[in-house]
Amino acid sequence: MKKKINWPNIYLFFVFILLYLPIFYLIFYSFNSGGNMNHFSGFTLENYQAVFEDKRLIGIVLNTFLLAFLSALLATMIGVFGAMMIYYTKKRQARNTLLSFNNILMVSPDVIIGASFLIFFTFLGIRLGFSSVLLSHVAFSIPIVVLMVLPKLQEMNDSMIDAAKDLGANAWTVISKVIIPSITPGIIAGYFMAFTYSLDDFAVTFFVTGNGFSTLSVEIYSRARQGISLEINALSALLFLFSLFLVIGYYFISQSNMSKKQRRLRKQHEEVAHIL
Amino acid sequence: MMTKARRVYSIPYVLWLLLFVIAPVLLIVYQSFIGMDGSYTLDNYKTYFASSTYLRMTFNSVLYAFLITLIVLVISYPAAYILNKTKHKQLWLMLIILPTWVNLLLKAYAFIGIFSMHGSVNHFLEFIGIGPKQLLFTDFSFIFVAAYIEIPFMIMPIFNALEEMNPSFISASVDLGANAWQTFWQVIFPLSLNGVKSGVQAVFIPSLSLFMLTRLIGGNRVITLGTAIEEHFMVTQNWGMGSTIGVVLIIAMLAIMLVTGEKKKKRRRAN
Repeated sequence: MKKKINWPNIYLFFVFILLYLPIFYLIFYSFNSGGNMNHFSGFTLENYQAVFEDKRLIGIVLNTFLLAFLSALLATMIGVFGAMMIYYTKKRQARNTLLSFNNILMVSPDVIIGASFLIFFTFLGIRLGFSSVLLSHVAFSIPIVVLMVLPKLQEMNDSMIDAAKDLGANAWTVISKVIIPSITPGIIAGYFMAFTYSLDDFAVTFFVTGNGFSTLSVEIYSRARQGISLEINALSALLFLFSLFLVIGYYFISQSNMSKKQRRLRKQHEEVAHIL
Repeated sequence: MMTKARRVYSIPYVLWLLLFVIAPVLLIVYQSFIGMDGSYTLDNYKTYFASSTYLRMTFNSVLYAFLITLIVLVISYPAAYILNKTKHKQLWLMLIILPTWVNLLLKAYAFIGIFSMHGSVNHFLEFIGIGPKQLLFTDFSFIFVAAYIEIPFMIMPIFNALEEMNPSFISASVDLGANAWQTFWQVIFPLSLNGVKSGVQAVFIPSLSLFMLTRLIGGNRVITLGTAIEEHFMVTQNWGMGSTIGVVLIIAMLAIMLVTGEKKKKRRRAN
């Protein structure tokens, strides 16, 4: 008896190949001693050595991470309070308007955000550099933090707040002892997303970075315009490993963030999966 | 008591709304009415609508974005559908998301190597006897790479829509005698339409503005709205004209959001 070919899985397999081939192509040639991405001449770690010896590149990597760390921190603080403000806006109409405004930066194309921030900074006379990039990154990360925290506020048990107030807690105690602890998973997820937004951004940074300051994306862009340099390949391999760690982290965060309803639905899906 | 605290902690968020959401939009509209000499003028709009170059560029940009979205949708829908049926689907979904965490510039850079004159694809074409072709810096390579980058952003919302769907509809449909094809077209597809819409939104809008790809892969042969804005702001320093094209891009974005309904969801991996 001939075994039935599983076409759906073959299709999925090809999609995965398509998605990963360019990335592994980059990593593969990072070990090439030939100096180009056309012909593999021999195995070497020279390109990795070059990355670690390139003081400028290492500086830019550190800058990029510092920027991501700081911008995510600030965006999370502002975003958490923003989410609370939206949550405690009881008028439906007002709340929806606030949410729409919150989402403007999420749907706007990067070039528009970059160009309008550039006009904004020039208008205010803020010098382009680390501070303008930091402000922009905080600005475009806030909405995602709000969107990650808001569902956690909605899941929160409001009677706990009433209880805390009845027992004599003031507003700040309620916030720090009741609200913040119960939305912590959302805060962590929000920080995480803000961090990766900052790390990944190219277009907005490109507009507001000026001359003195550069992030990794901007640096890769300017090097790629000059052609192939296997140092970039080596760097991409290192970054890929880092993303892998982030993704694993994100997987665990999203698993613990899953609501009961989602879990139940998932189980039902598994039950009917064989029908079609 | 609570309201006073609320007023205090709301300050940074409200400031952000005013300074970084509302002010920039107003400024870009304002700047679009400023000429090269710094005076108020309608010239930018006149130039834009009188010039066949600008209008053709806009049309081409929309056409490219449409083609990219279509290709991405055709590839992604079956993938999302199959993905939703696999065991350990959360794990597979993470594997779809993982490439989006690799810096966009690095992916574009990979294709410079793959598509180059002596690159792998040309090696292969030579091997099967077609001979090397100019691949980099063509419309094809731009559309291919843009589609490659956007695929995960289409799979995610469709997958989510399929997953959120109440599975008893499928059982009901089958129980009532529908065959697999009917169940798909009359039950599953309409219910997943919201996901398709957010996916289209998440792919179409960035496709209008991917200027780094047109530079690195399209080799300045492909000019999109995003490229034109970047050119005016960073190269020719004609901010007025750049803002005018920006306003056109904002209008295009609002139009596509209107067509694809009220869903306001961001691309990237926020699911």
